[in-house]
Amino acid sequence: MKKIFSYTEGLTRRPTHYCPGCTHGVIHRLVGEVVEELGLRGRTVGIAPVGCSVLAYEYFNCDMFEASHGRAPAVATGAKRTRPNLIVFTYQGDGDLASIGMAEIVHAANRGEKFTTIFVNNAIYGMTGGQMAPTTMPGQHSTTSPGGRNCDEAGYPIRVAELLSTLTTPAYIERVAVHTPAHTIRAKEAIRKAFELQAEGRCYTFIEVLSTCPTNWGLSPRESEKWLENVMMPYYTLGVKKRPEDFDGGIFHGKH
Amino acid sequence: MASTEVLMAGFGGQGMLLSGKLLAHAAMTLGKQVSWLPSYGPEMRGGTANVTVCVSDKPVGSPYITRPTALLVMNQPSLEKFGSRVREGGLIVINSSLIPIKSDRADCKVLYVDAAELARKAGTARAANLVMLGCYVGWSDIVERESVVKEIEEEFSSKAKFIPANVAAYEAGYEAGLKLRGGA
Amino acid sequence: MAKVLMKGNEAIGEAAIRAGCVHFFGYPITPQSEVPEYLAKRLPEVGGRFVQAESEVAASNMIYGAAGVGMRVLTTSSSPGISLMAEALSYIAACELPVVLVNIMRAGPGLGGILPSQGDYLQATKGTAHGDFDLIVLAPDSVQEAVRLVISAFELAEKYRNPVMVIGDGMIGQMMEPVEFPDEVKGPPLDPGDWALTGCAGREKRIINSLYLDPDFADRHNRKLKAKFERIREAEQRWEAYNCDGPCDLLVVSFGMMSRICKTAIEELKAEGFKIGLFRPITLKPYPYEALRKAADKAKRIISIEMNMGQMIEDVKLAALGTKPIDFFGMAGGLVPSPDDVVAALRDSLKKAGAGGKAR
Repeated sequence: MKKIFSYTEGLTRRPTHYCPGCTHGVIHRLVGEVVEELGLRGRTVGIAPVGCSVLAYEYFNCDMFEASHGRAPAVATGAKRTRPNLIVFTYQGDGDLASIGMAEIVHAANRGEKFTTIFVNNAIYGMTGGQMAPTTMPGQHSTTSPGGRNCDEAGYPIRVAELLSTLTTPAYIERVAVHTPAHTIRAKEAIRKAFELQAEGRCYTFIEVLSTCPTNWGLSPRESEKWLENVMMPYYTLGVKKRPEDFDGGIFHGKH
Repeated sequence: MASTEVLMAGFGGQGMLLSGKLLAHAAMTLGKQVSWLPSYGPEMRGGTANVTVCVSDKPVGSPYITRPTALLVMNQPSLEKFGSRVREGGLIVINSSLIPIKSDRADCKVLYVDAAELARKAGTARAANLVMLGCYVGWSDIVERESVVKEIEEEFSSKAKFIPANVAAYEAGYEAGLKLRGGA
Repeated sequence: MAKVLMKGNEAIGEAAIRAGCVHFFGYPITPQSEVPEYLAKRLPEVGGRFVQAESEVAASNMIYGAAGVGMRVLTTSSSPGISLMAEALSYIAACELPVVLVNIMRAGPGLGGILPSQGDYLQATKGTAHGDFDLIVLAPDSVQEAVRLVISAFELAEKYRNPVMVIGDGMIGQMMEPVEFPDEVKGPPLDPGDWALTGCAGREKRIINSLYLDPDFADRHNRKLKAKFERIREAEQRWEAYNCDGPCDLLVVSFGMMSRICKTAIEELKAEGFKIGLFRPITLKPYPYEALRKAADKAKRIISIEMNMGQMIEDVKLAALGTKPIDFFGMAGGLVPSPDDVVAALRDSLKKAGAGGKAR
């Protein structure tokens, strides 16, 4: 009999704690597979965030840090700068990365730190119980925006991939989704590209993954996929936002 | 000499911190215990800057001195601020090029030196701080004459063309100090 | 190596290099900015890495990352910056990572001022951040001792896998004094032991983590950390006792640069026949309670002199256990007590102690 599917060595065998219909597990799997397939597992260090994926250090089968809320890019900077041969990735949610950790992510990207960020955007704070995130959609209900996100007061959702792509420093930045098999295949290609670029020491790499949160969205898993497709994807458009080959040489047009 | 505390003060940028460093380094090289404590703050240029140099045969206790044994002042605000603090029997060296007033300290030895003019004659108007230092060393003999010359050469080693004028300014001050002491 | 005349901040940077630390992450803040400036120039010369972080929050997490992968690492800051680092320090202590940080204290509270202060004594020794943990805190009184203690800090950090803070005031950072460095740079890199995240090739994966969802485990971990600090308390107390050999009219307790100003004042009063001792804790944590108690036993009265509104006096009281009256003298806000100010304060205390000195 032909074996067509098995565990990946990139993940431990520990069952995850994620809710039914949540795509964190899929994203974990993709990262684990890529790390294994590229033969990088033995020199990879991952950094888990605070949020739903706080326990990611239990699931990834490589050396792992647990960082404080939002600081994973700073921890990654310390690790990668002092041991450049390590493959370093941060795995962060939208509350962690786009709210409390915005300074750290922007500056790590701007310094061109040679690590990879997997940014999971599900438009809500999951672990703390469904509060509004910087990525929460206009009008979207949450426990801290009970009448729906009011953009007059809370501003509009932050498109982190686009925001980071405005930086001059070379980087690879792409937004993907994992709610259908086709999207999942594309997401894996993006994640693979990011780890390859890191292994070559090329540039900072950032993959934003649109993810579902049926529990806090108050939808079924199937409805969640539709909501992601119909509400999130028009605003958070998929695709490559920045490539290292787009770098214009960093010519400074002012006078020193 | 048991211990000497020299307060050097002027506008920021007048070079008193450097004069203090040259003195401290020369004394250290001669085997003395020293400390160099600057005022510090946002006034990188302009404003007032001062430094206290302690030179002693014993380990320096407090490097923070409010009653120095010697005061070198480049400008009038510094004389007005610190003139009254010098210990009885101490020394005050006044840059008379910029300070039109006299010290009222009858209990101290007061030297008036036309530092800017001597510096200009030596070839660099910017070296009034070294004239002041030279005058103090010539008067007090706190360190050997040559030792400060070596420090100046060391300090300006990457800008060697400035050495002769700066040394000349120091020497002019030294001679002035020596003369005021009544030496050769 | 010959003596060199060096600013305290620069000497601290060089001392770290001599201790074998070639990685620095930090953020500029007066009056310690000469440390990052010096290391920005020096570290590339010795094959090291200097990173100017975007904030003290980031810098402190960068040292968490660097220590976590088993590298010797330093950060330095001043009071408000240390407050921003507090969160990461709790994580670092929880994860038992060896880092060294330096606090060149400035006046507070709030944005405060940039002038010297000892206002962070309690923050360093008691309430650094959330949770039960203990820093080792060392307080030098000269540029030379700052060099010695920075080197020692790396040794202690690695011996106990614990964060170590070297604490000084703006004066020690800004002043120049002659200093000698050890010739040899410490050779072997930090031993990654069985904890550092070096990549899991050929071994089980490792985790550096301070999330304890199981309260029994968390309780055990807290007990383990406390037991470690008890070992540190047993083995690592350091102090200087000056003029403390016999009975004295007054015992001055003071640390860091303030203690040198006290020494000058004590010498001045010695000429008048007063016998005044000085007890200077060098390890502010573990605090040398027993040694201070012994010195206090020989004194009629105690005075704690600090550049703050009375912080270390809490520990002086714990050491004396109510056996002796304790006075306090201090200034804050960046004012440094002069030798004359201290002499006046000592006279007050001597009077209360009923000490006469020589007939004047």
